[in-house]
Amino acid sequence: MLRLERVELAQDGFHLTADWQVEKGARVALIGPSGAGKSSLLSAIAGFFPPAGGRILWQGQDLGPLSPGARPLTILFQDQNLFPHLTLAQNLGLGLRPDLRLSPEERKRVETALDRVGLAGMGARKPGQLSGGQIGRAALARALLRARPLLLLDEPFAALGPALKADMLDLVAEVAGETGATLLMVTHDPADARRITEATVLVADGVAHPPAPTAALFADPPPALRAYLGQ
Amino acid sequence: MASGARAVGAAAVLLVAVPLGAVAFRAGGLSLSPADWAALRFTLWQAVLSSALSVGLAIPVARALARRRFPGRGALITLMGAPFLLPVIVAVMGLLALFGRGGAINAALAALGLPGISIYGLQGVLIAHVFLNLPLATRMILQGWQAIPAERFRLAESLSFTPGQTFRHLERPMLAEVLPGAAATVFALCLTSFAVALILGGGPRATTLELAIYQAVRFEFDLSHAAGLALVQVLVGGAAALAAWAAARRAGFGAGLDRAIALTPPGGWRRLADGAALVLAAGFLLAPMAAVVLRGLPGLPDLPAQVWPALARSVAVALASVVLTMTAALVLALGSARRGQRWLDLAAALPLATSGLVLGTGLFLLVQPFLPPARLALPVTVLVNALLALPFAYRLLAPEARALQADYARLAESLGLRGMARLRLLVLPRLARPLGFGAGLTAALSMGDLGVIALFAGESQATLPLVIQRLSGAYRMDEAAAASLLLVAVSLGLFWILDRRGRHAAA
Repeated sequence: MLRLERVELAQDGFHLTADWQVEKGARVALIGPSGAGKSSLLSAIAGFFPPAGGRILWQGQDLGPLSPGARPLTILFQDQNLFPHLTLAQNLGLGLRPDLRLSPEERKRVETALDRVGLAGMGARKPGQLSGGQIGRAALARALLRARPLLLLDEPFAALGPALKADMLDLVAEVAGETGATLLMVTHDPADARRITEATVLVADGVAHPPAPTAALFADPPPALRAYLGQ
Repeated sequence: MASGARAVGAAAVLLVAVPLGAVAFRAGGLSLSPADWAALRFTLWQAVLSSALSVGLAIPVARALARRRFPGRGALITLMGAPFLLPVIVAVMGLLALFGRGGAINAALAALGLPGISIYGLQGVLIAHVFLNLPLATRMILQGWQAIPAERFRLAESLSFTPGQTFRHLERPMLAEVLPGAAATVFALCLTSFAVALILGGGPRATTLELAIYQAVRFEFDLSHAAGLALVQVLVGGAAALAAWAAARRAGFGAGLDRAIALTPPGGWRRLADGAALVLAAGFLLAPMAAVVLRGLPGLPDLPAQVWPALARSVAVALASVVLTMTAALVLALGSARRGQRWLDLAAALPLATSGLVLGTGLFLLVQPFLPPARLALPVTVLVNALLALPFAYRLLAPEARALQADYARLAESLGLRGMARLRLLVLPRLARPLGFGAGLTAALSMGDLGVIALFAGESQATLPLVIQRLSGAYRMDEAAAASLLLVAVSLGLFWILDRRGRHAAA
């Protein structure tokens, strides 16, 4: 269970509170106007943005003292998810051992993960030789290898076209299912939330509201969401 | 890493501050003899003239490079970067071969029955300083020209501006912004140019402060006097260097000078004038180099025996400086990028406020009560060369380190990539290009250094530049030219190897 216990984020006039929890294995979307703090909340959970107050707990353990790399999570950023000077196989290998001294068995797992996301045989390529969709797949393959219990997506597919994005979201759902990961995903598109999440957190007016069932939320949006959706 | 950056920053500050403190302590106040005043006056006067001449002559050259397109233009711009890497002593040997007593110019004058000219004294110092700094000034001003948006020139054309009006509305404002930085940079460099004064200056009418320091240490054995002179040099040179560092917004030796600008070059006499400026500048820069090659080549097979051990010492000093400088610059740049600590920027720039001779004097004062200074000649030279190269290496690395931090720090953190693995897999590959270029620059600067080594070295510690200076002092000019050729070949070779390694690792 991921628990945000009276979490407060503050920075230069920006303020956000969150006090709720999601069950292990849940798939949750974070939606709301830009600047509301969706990415900041994800950053705080990932350990890049220390909260001004409150605690973030995973299975009862306070994540506060842990460095980003030591937290039980994988995060995919909006961009820069791969190192451009390393090959795909190396980029994936970092998910297993950050010093890249991989055993033959670990190399095999890298190959298998590439295969799993449809990038078989591309391990020697560098990110510059790949399309946007392929880069997204590679980042997801690394998440698969890391197999951390939390998967955070900060709109890594925002630059992709609708059909490609739908493919990627389906792959995200599969990866989350295979690793049993709890998914938290920032989006500005209700269709993304409806496609793969069962619960949605509305982030607006300084509050990250408790997760509500996605379908019901969009069927009868509260005023803040209605304003965001332009209805 | 953060504490490492603080430690290195503190070390850089101390390594400058402690020798300066020793100088100030030993000087015990500022009391200058008439000869010292003359040295101060000459130092300032030659720097003013050198700066004015270099910048004044650079304007037409930069303008011609900015608005003309011709085959070999890229090569000419590259040539403008070379004197920064060229050992000063080699440049001086080239000028001696051209303008010296037995040189080509005097031979031609004699053949015409005209009186000869002398390369020694003020005019020699000025010729050498213009040779060394005209390219730097040209590159700085050229960058100014290229920074004028092409749209402005198109607007000027659409309004049918005459060349005079274009100058008044576009070029003069740019020059007003760029020239102070260029002039201040050249001025500061000429204040601390020791090797030129050592060979071409001297005597009551052409002694600089740095030359006077050297003479006080080496010939008068009057360390208090040397310290007093060094204190004056620090006050004058430090102020000028820091002012220039602040005024000059770009380093002037970077790459990327070939942005296309949509300039319709004016025709008529201006075309001829541009051509003349370029031909004269190229000739002035190339002729001394050609003279060194022509004079040195025949002597290469039988160089004097002391050349080879001196070459080995020079290479060892250069490589040791590279390791010290690049390690310090990398740690400082990463620390500054990660924490945004502005004082680290200042710590890395601080050595610019001093000079090899001043730091050398301070270290001499510190060492001399305990050890014969000659025994520490090479380690001290490594240390001083490393310090003097640090500002340049840091300036190359700092922006790249900031970009690295902005682009990949979060990803590295989220993957738990830290320590040696982060250095090996992220930092070194991403920064390979500036690291290689900086290492090459440091190696070339250190190989060519003729400053602190002249203060410390005895017979058995001489580096190659010092051997060349001694050969030329003994009027063994052919051997000096041959050794110069060797020095420049090895310096540029080291630069080329290190820079290339960086590029390859980055590719």
